[in-house]
Amino acid sequence: MNPASITRLDLVLATPEMFLLAATCVILLGDLFLRDRDRWITFVLSLLTLAGVGWITAATGFTERTVGWHGTYVADPLSTLLKIVACGAVAVAFLYGHGYLQERRILKGEYYVLGLFALLGVMVLASANSLVTLYLGVELLALSLYALVAFNRDSGVAAEAAIKYFVLGSIASGALLYGMSILYGVTGSLELGVISNAALQMPAGQIGLLFGLAFIVVGVAFKFGAVPFHAWVPDVYHGAPTPVTLFLAAAPKLGSFALAFRLLAEGLGAVHATGWQDMITMVAVLSIIVGNVVAIAQTNIKRMLAYSTISHVGFILLGILAGTSQGYAAALYYTITYVIMSVGGFGMIILLSRKGFEADSLEDFKGLNARSPWFAAVMLMLMFSMAGVPPFVGFWAKLVVIQAVLDIGSLWLAILAVALSVVGAYYYLRVVKLMYFDEPTDKAALQGGGGAMRFVLSLNGLAVLALGLYPGLLLALCARVIP
Amino acid sequence: MIPLSHVLLLSGILFSLAVAGIFINRKNVLLLLMCIELMLLSVNFNFIAFSHHLGDLAGQVFVFFILTVAAAESAIGLAILVVLFRERRSINVEDLDAMRG
Repeated sequence: MNPASITRLDLVLATPEMFLLAATCVILLGDLFLRDRDRWITFVLSLLTLAGVGWITAATGFTERTVGWHGTYVADPLSTLLKIVACGAVAVAFLYGHGYLQERRILKGEYYVLGLFALLGVMVLASANSLVTLYLGVELLALSLYALVAFNRDSGVAAEAAIKYFVLGSIASGALLYGMSILYGVTGSLELGVISNAALQMPAGQIGLLFGLAFIVVGVAFKFGAVPFHAWVPDVYHGAPTPVTLFLAAAPKLGSFALAFRLLAEGLGAVHATGWQDMITMVAVLSIIVGNVVAIAQTNIKRMLAYSTISHVGFILLGILAGTSQGYAAALYYTITYVIMSVGGFGMIILLSRKGFEADSLEDFKGLNARSPWFAAVMLMLMFSMAGVPPFVGFWAKLVVIQAVLDIGSLWLAILAVALSVVGAYYYLRVVKLMYFDEPTDKAALQGGGGAMRFVLSLNGLAVLALGLYPGLLLALCARVIP
Repeated sequence: MIPLSHVLLLSGILFSLAVAGIFINRKNVLLLLMCIELMLLSVNFNFIAFSHHLGDLAGQVFVFFILTVAAAESAIGLAILVVLFRERRSINVEDLDAMRG
């Protein structure tokens, strides 16, 4: 076969990505000719693109694992699920952010175009089957995010957050890449399937493999924002404009999960017990401890949610470190529920904010119940869910992860996770206390967000409850897509 | 013929220099960008050495991808740096402390 040939199957495999790329380029060009008051056209086109990508992904959804593009690209049920959830998360992020950006006169086409390119990065990651595709996905996602964080050009804090994110993110890519180069040298291939077979043949504790693996784990932990590689998370979440923080907390987490799963589980599954399990255990334990404890001291709610993200990442890694299909399914379930909860949480901050007032301090949530009982209830559901209180979905997510850890016989990890969830409940419940039992400092009715945003945010809150009351559906789906 | 281990050692030293440069440097953000570039180039050394050693072209193709991405990365880094300088009138690493907690 001619090595340069592209078959019909290859084209079918990558249809969603090709459609997204073409549509984004059209939006990028078309946006140049729009005046500021016609910017809604870009917004609507972006939402239509997302709907199109979601539809194409579902329509071409491969029920069997299919590899194309000379082994660099794979389509399987996992990639289909990740892509569809990512499209949904990006659409919700665009919807929540629209009013905020419009009010502050920073509604530029770049927000949508960069967001769509970041989504393309997530999709490439979800379907990667070789080190090259993984690297390109990681970089496409990261470069779009750096620019997104700095996108409000008149904010000094955002620029500082962006440069920190850029420098630390580049170190992470460098470490990941160095690990990949060692892996290539040791196994002799860039393809994950071949790497997996080569790793199986090697004696346990092969030093070259472990050396490369250590760098790869550092890179993956950096991208997740796990302790001790978390320094960028609080500053970036705090400094970026809220719609960008919302974006950062959603789709990229799915990308990080895909990176970890493809690289560690599929590529290096052979060195799970003798290699990366202990490394990931350490990172996960530190993340859960540091995230939950430091969050208590925060007065800025974006910073508090950033530390809460770090602890949630610890839980996702707990599922991954189990190394069983059940563990990966639990981690995937946790990731998806985390995306739903965090989108809602940051959506609430956008709802409370208005021009000249960011509502990013915990104090700003005081007495929300008196101002809007319904949205106080939505925030209550989100906070209870993040804390892991039944019957909300966050409870089931924590439960399945802890079950997976118990199944591999790590009782101490399970006890630690439960104990620190209780510590974590303190700062989530503090928000609830502020909303219901304190006097509002600001009695004005809520102004942020249009009707569409309020409607979707309400649905978002109800979804957390509904998925918690009927956890079986999503759980079964996650278990089915993990091979 | 230079043995593989020599090239790997060289790239290891370059990589360590880059990492050390990033963490020791307390003055200038531009130096950070240079260190990041050095880091990626040291990885390229690795790929080329392994590719030659294994007789497999894929590693050299990867190098072209890395070079392209590195160019895009420095473009974005410099753009962010320009925004930062416009706001702060300084690119000193020690001045990047507006956020705490």
